[in-house]
Amino acid sequence: MMDKNGVELTPQQRKARRARSIAIGLALAALVIIFYVATIAKFGPAILDRPL
Amino acid sequence: MALVDSGSAKDTGVRLSEAMPGDYFALLKPRVMSLVIFTALVGLVAAPVPLNPLIASIALLAIAVGAGASGALNMWYDADIDQVMSRTRTRPVPAGRVTPGEALAFGLVLSFLSVMTLGLLVNWLAAALLAFTIFFYVVIYTMWLKRSTPQNIVIGGAAGALPPVIGWAAVTGEVSLESFILFLIIFLWTPPHFWALALFKSEDYGRAGIPMMPNVAGAASTRRQIFAYSVIIAPLAVTPWLLGYVSIAYGLCATALGAGFLWYAWQVLRMRDDDRTMKPAKALFAYSILYLFSIFAIYLLDTIVTKFLDGGVVA
Repeated sequence: MMDKNGVELTPQQRKARRARSIAIGLALAALVIIFYVATIAKFGPAILDRPL
Repeated sequence: MALVDSGSAKDTGVRLSEAMPGDYFALLKPRVMSLVIFTALVGLVAAPVPLNPLIASIALLAIAVGAGASGALNMWYDADIDQVMSRTRTRPVPAGRVTPGEALAFGLVLSFLSVMTLGLLVNWLAAALLAFTIFFYVVIYTMWLKRSTPQNIVIGGAAGALPPVIGWAAVTGEVSLESFILFLIIFLWTPPHFWALALFKSEDYGRAGIPMMPNVAGAASTRRQIFAYSVIIAPLAVTPWLLGYVSIAYGLCATALGAGFLWYAWQVLRMRDDDRTMKPAKALFAYSILYLFSIFAIYLLDTIVTKFLDGGVVA
């Protein structure tokens, strides 16, 4: 398989890149969830209390 | 133009990583990280203010990631000496699975994320302490002290001792005498722990050119200093009970554990110069890990039981 630079990846390199991509995706998703849930937990109902 | 010609990575000289997520996880020094999480948890729970369990979990995660980031930065800088030591040559950087540049980027990104997360979601004193811990471990210990003085792990031990203070600060927004005593227990435990290791790994350290105490001052002096620190750490670990922070149950356990520490240190002190197997040093090293874990586990348990009996909210 060629990547966009035209470099042929070995099966091991492809497998490692896929695993790293999944790990980064999961870490980013966890970060989003942490900030979302923590914001709700810190502010509670007051999060909706803002001038329109 | 940056594009390379079509062909395999080997043909073109382009290095394509085969590092798996597990290699990056190993950069975080998970065993050290587990002790950091545990001691920070004790600081969190021992604090006299209840904290939202979710925010407490986030604080622990941020502290753990910050500690892991400093481990990655340590492995980036120390790749040359890790290469020549049997204990460390299979780490991801010296083994060639992760490049030093990748370890550096990984460590910097995680340092930034962990400090900002702790600051934004918990409080900025805890975040500042975490940032200081990372700075102290990477710049003061790894880059400066480790290769220049036999007091490296004595002073550098401050970085490993700060997690309970960060945990306490995460809950209360301040630093107290109780959290400082938890800091002192780890700080003064570090020299006998690492020097016991340095005694039976002195050839490794010598090959890597690290001025550990046995390589600089000799084994006999190191054994005396190990015993001297043990004489300090054993009663110091009992002081939280004497100051009324924990119950007599902790006091009795800490006394017994301290007596054990002194006994193992005494065996090391009596070790002969021509002892090649160094069993007493290995035994003290193993016991020192059990000792610190037990002291903090009992402290945690004592605090939880006391808060439960008082009808307070834990964490």
